[in-house]
Amino acid sequence: MTDGTPLTDARPRALRLLPTGRSRRARYTAILFVLPAFTAYAVFVLAPLIMSLYYSTLRWDGIGKARFTGLANYVTVLTDPDLLSIIGNAFELVLYFTVIPVLLGLAVASAIRGHMAGTFGTLTRTVLFLPQVIPLVAAGIAWSWMFASTGLVNQMLTAVGLADWTRGWLGDFDFALPAVGIIGAWVLLGLCTMLLVTGITKIDPSLYEAARLDGARPWHEFRYVTLPGLRQEIGVCVTVTVISALASFDIVYIATGGGPGITTMVPGLEIYRLAFAHRQVGLASALAIVLMVLVLIAITPVQWYAREKK
Amino acid sequence: MTAAKPKTWLARLLLALLMTVTLLPFLSMFTAALAPSGSYPNGLSWPADPQWSNFARAFEAANMGQLVLSSTLIVLGVVPVSVLAATMAGYGLAKLTGGRNRWIYLVFVAGLTLPFEAVITPLYYEVRAFGLLNTRFAIILPLIGLYMPFSVYWMRAHFLNVPNDLTEAAQLDGATRWKEFWLVQVPLARPAIMSLTILLFLWTWNQFLLPVVLVKDPSRRTMAGALGAFQGQWGTDVPLLCAGSLLILAPTVLLFLAFQRHFVAALLQGSVKG
Repeated sequence: MTDGTPLTDARPRALRLLPTGRSRRARYTAILFVLPAFTAYAVFVLAPLIMSLYYSTLRWDGIGKARFTGLANYVTVLTDPDLLSIIGNAFELVLYFTVIPVLLGLAVASAIRGHMAGTFGTLTRTVLFLPQVIPLVAAGIAWSWMFASTGLVNQMLTAVGLADWTRGWLGDFDFALPAVGIIGAWVLLGLCTMLLVTGITKIDPSLYEAARLDGARPWHEFRYVTLPGLRQEIGVCVTVTVISALASFDIVYIATGGGPGITTMVPGLEIYRLAFAHRQVGLASALAIVLMVLVLIAITPVQWYAREKK
Repeated sequence: MTAAKPKTWLARLLLALLMTVTLLPFLSMFTAALAPSGSYPNGLSWPADPQWSNFARAFEAANMGQLVLSSTLIVLGVVPVSVLAATMAGYGLAKLTGGRNRWIYLVFVAGLTLPFEAVITPLYYEVRAFGLLNTRFAIILPLIGLYMPFSVYWMRAHFLNVPNDLTEAAQLDGATRWKEFWLVQVPLARPAIMSLTILLFLWTWNQFLLPVVLVKDPSRRTMAGALGAFQGQWGTDVPLLCAGSLLILAPTVLLFLAFQRHFVAALLQGSVKG
């Protein structure tokens, strides 16, 4: 929310004012303050990450002797049609996890364009945040039931005369992945909406007045005032939702287990399956590293977009 | 302000729609939970003879008492330690180190976007080597480490905004630094600490991947992890599954309703900074 860079510049100057002996002692104190956090981080994140890199060069079943294979696992990840389509699934999920919540959130935010005060505001906030509070697993179970053959989705389709469309959505080869995507969109919709609604209140109202005096149409207002004003919030929404799409695990595990076939399999679940069910630790680790890099590649341009012109 | 806008009705309509979509799955689960156990209820229909006893049966079947205890123990193991370590590190990184040590901060931040799946395989072997597999420590210890990038980032951002003259009032040595940290800085940081506590509580309580991989016994998992096992066991009995799921998601929802304002603030800020 706030960027502290101006204050960081003040620090080294303050330290330089200290006598050298003090400064060394100050550094020592600083290290003591950071040490507990860094130890936990090093032992349970950095070390496993390095091990992941190491495992990814092995052919290893987790029990017997490991054999060094160089980059062979990475070649498999990037050429095997199944693994490629699994990675593709994750990107297809981005369409649902990111695009739906952000577009709907923008629509709601620009329709409200103000504080949500009073009881209605509190009620809205409370309801829209519910999906953020419950475990993703619970969302998965709730929607497995919604999408079941006797579930609410089919019930509603029948009610409006589309009985032909009813099916077991999560078991359907064509519709399982979109259905999983809808679950993610449902989880993230409230968060994005609230972020954008809060963000739009920070835009100076005089900008809208000026635009109106200039004869701007609603679309122009949206394009030239709202969108630039919400740059940072949109960046946040996209970042959060893209990460949860690419690294999804809980929802898929519960709702479909990756099936039917591999139509809803995602990298997160495939890593788990490869490492613990198929005992292909090396390949699982290579996929893990690729997933990590893909997340970084997907996020970086969003961060640039959000920072620009701040 | 809202009342003056001609588009208010449109906004309210949109919001009401969003709220309906958000609530429908819960409602559908609720009516299904009241259908006779083992039956195949319809999406949203009030059963002729609501079986409230399903909740009692699900409570038994899911071993709820034990689950709440287990999740609470895990949260108590993770959250206070993480918050303390992150507050200290945030303070240290914001106030005590010069530009030369910026790399330490960057190493922490590098972990911000790391998917937990990227380290879960080696974590399994590491935890096994420590002899902690199938204990609650298998969830507690790794989570503390995995939460550090966000937590340290969060607390450092707070401490950067605390004016420097507060710390420079006295030229401090190590011991008084420690005192100053507890007596001046921690009380001032209370709002940031509060939000961080809420977020870490939610993330821990709802954590799924680690319990599934590292702990076999559902009664030693988090609530979310146990829900996975519950679905595996009772997945075919829709009413019981729905009743159990509602029970399992009830504790966080009740806490959320009680502290709505704090939760919303924490979740909004949390995602902005994350």
